[in-house]
Amino acid sequence: MSGSYAPLLILLGVSVANAIGMVVVSHILNPRRPTPQKDMPYESGMIPLGDTRARFSVKFYMVAISFIVFDLEAVFLIPWAVEMRELGWSAFAAVSMFVVVLAVGLLYEWKKGGLEWD
Amino acid sequence: MTMHLDFSSQGHYLIALLPELVLSVCAMVVLMAGVSKRMRNSPDRVTDLGWLSLLGILVAALANGWLYGVTEVGSSAMVAVDGFRLYANWIFLSAAGMSVLVSIAYVDKQKLQAGEFYGLLLLSTVGMMFMASARDLIVIFLGLEIMSIAVYAMTAMNRRDRKSAEAGLKYFLLGAFSTGFFLYGIALTYGAAGSTNIAAIAVAIGDGSAHTGLLGFGVALLAIGFAFKVSAVPFHMWTPDVYEGAPTPVTAFMSAGVKTAAFVAFLRVFFVAFDGVYAQWWAIIWWLAVLSMVGANLIALVQVSVKRMLAYSGIAHAGYLLLAIVSNNGTATAGLLFYLLVYTFMNIGAFAIVMTVGDQAERNQRIDDYAGLGSRQPMLGVFMTIFLLSLAGFPGTGGFMGKIFLLQGAMDANLVYLSTILVLTTVLSYWYYLRVAWFMWMREAPDADTHVGLAVPVALRLALIVGVAVILYTGIFPGSALELARAAAESLTSGRFLSLSAR
Repeated sequence: MSGSYAPLLILLGVSVANAIGMVVVSHILNPRRPTPQKDMPYESGMIPLGDTRARFSVKFYMVAISFIVFDLEAVFLIPWAVEMRELGWSAFAAVSMFVVVLAVGLLYEWKKGGLEWD
Repeated sequence: MTMHLDFSSQGHYLIALLPELVLSVCAMVVLMAGVSKRMRNSPDRVTDLGWLSLLGILVAALANGWLYGVTEVGSSAMVAVDGFRLYANWIFLSAAGMSVLVSIAYVDKQKLQAGEFYGLLLLSTVGMMFMASARDLIVIFLGLEIMSIAVYAMTAMNRRDRKSAEAGLKYFLLGAFSTGFFLYGIALTYGAAGSTNIAAIAVAIGDGSAHTGLLGFGVALLAIGFAFKVSAVPFHMWTPDVYEGAPTPVTAFMSAGVKTAAFVAFLRVFFVAFDGVYAQWWAIIWWLAVLSMVGANLIALVQVSVKRMLAYSGIAHAGYLLLAIVSNNGTATAGLLFYLLVYTFMNIGAFAIVMTVGDQAERNQRIDDYAGLGSRQPMLGVFMTIFLLSLAGFPGTGGFMGKIFLLQGAMDANLVYLSTILVLTTVLSYWYYLRVAWFMWMREAPDADTHVGLAVPVALRLALIVGVAVILYTGIFPGSALELARAAAESLTSGRFLSLSAR
C-alpha cells in the first residue's frame, strides 16, 4: 500500500529540491551590481504607486464571485458529460437539479442587478 | 401502509429528504419573490415574505410528520430516517417558525432585505436538518457549511450597523477556523477507520481495525470543531460579540437553531461512532462541560447588557447540555432532545422581548432599561418573567423538567460531580436571570413615558403566546414531549446496537 504513494513522495522531493535549488544556485552564481533600478520591486515593470491597500469597487468582487460559481459548474458538468451514457438517467436527474438551482441563482443575480456594470 | 426505504435507488433519497427539499424550494421561491418587481414596490413585502416562509415551514413540518410512517431498511445510507432526526427536525422547524414570526416587524423597521433574510433563514434551517439526518461525516460537514454560511450572512445583514458587520466578520473568521479543525478531524478519522460512515466507523473501532493513535487525534479535533459550534468554554470567545452585534432576530434564531444542530450532530457522532473509545474522550467533554457551566455563569453575573447576558446564558446552557454527551446513554439523549426543544422556545421568546423593549431596533438593551417594564407593560413583563424563570430552571417550567431529565441521565452514568456542579451553577444563575425580573417589577421607570408606547406586533405576540404555552405545557405535562424524545433516543440506541452486532 505504501508503495503506491512512493511516486508522489519522489515528485514532492524533486519539486522541493528544484525550487530551493533555483534560489540557492542563482544566489551563489549571480554577480551583484546593485543599481537603483535593480533594487525596485519590479525591475523592468511598473513604478510602484502608493500602498497595496487600495479600495476596489465592489463590482469586481461580484464578477469574481459569479465567475467562481460558473467555473465550478463546469468542473462538475464536464466529468458528467464525459461519462453521461454510462451514468444513466439518475445522474441526468441529479445534474439537472444542480443546474436548475444554479439557474435560480443566476436569475436572482440578474433581477437584483448584479450583472449590470453601472 | 408503511413505506420501506432501502436506498437501493436514488429516488429513495428524494423521499427521505422530503422536508429538506420542501424547505429548499420554498427558500428559492422566497428569494425570487423578494426581487420580483411587484414585491419590491409593495409596502407589505416583509409581511408577505414572512408568511410565505412560514407556509413553507408548515409544509416541511407536514412532510416531517409523514416521514414517521416511513421505515428504513439497514443503516448504510448517507441519511437516516429515524426518530432522532425527525425529533430534531421539529426543533429546527420550531426555531425557524418562531424566528420568522418575531422578525417580521424588525426586518421591516430596519429595512433589511426581506427576500434574502427569509431565504437565508430557510436555507440555514435546511443545513441544520442535514446535520441531524447525517449518517456520514461528509453530510454533517455539508450541513454544517450550509447552515453556517447562511448564518454568517444573516449576522452581517444590517449594513447600516457597524456592530453587525463586525459580528459577521468575527463569526465568519472564527467559524471558518473551526471548520478547519472539524474537517481535519474528519480526515484523520477517515484515515484511522477507513470510512466516513458513522456506523462503519463504529464497526471499525469495535473490531479493533481502526488505528488508535490517528483516531484519538481525529476524535479530539472533531470535539474541538463541535465545541466551537455549541460555544463551549474555552471555544466560546466569539459568542458574546456575535450574539450582541447580530440583529436580534438573527441572534434568537442562531442561539436556538445552530446550537441544536451542533448538539444533535455532536451526539450522533460521539454516541454512535465513537462509543467504542468512550474511555478516551469522556474526560475532554467532562472538562468542557465544567468550564462552560462555571465560567459562563460567573461572567454572566456581571453583565450589564441583557443581550450579552443571554449570550453567556447560552454558553452556560451548552455546558448543561454537554452533560448529555458525557453521560453517553439513552436517558441523557432523551433529556438533551427535550431540553433543546424547550430551550428553543424560551430563548427565542426572551430575545423577542429584548426586540420589543428596544422598539424593533438595537436600543434599550441595558438591564436598567428594563426598570418599570412590569408596571407599564404587564403582559410583556409576565412573559419575560416566564422565559427567564424557565431559562433559570424554575419548577413548573419546561426548563426545570429539562434539567431534571439531563440530571437523570447523568446519574445513570454515575456523573456525581458533574451533576452537583450543574445544580450549584443553576442556583448561581438565578441571580442574573432574576435580576432582570427584579428590575422589571421592583424598580420604577425613570420617566413618565418609558415603555408606554411600545408596539407589540401581531406576529410577535403570536410567537410569545406559543412560546409561553409550550414552556408551561412541557413544564407541567412533560409526558408527551418526553415520550417522543425517548422514542427518538431509542432509535439512536438501537442503531448503535445494530452497528455493534455487525462486528
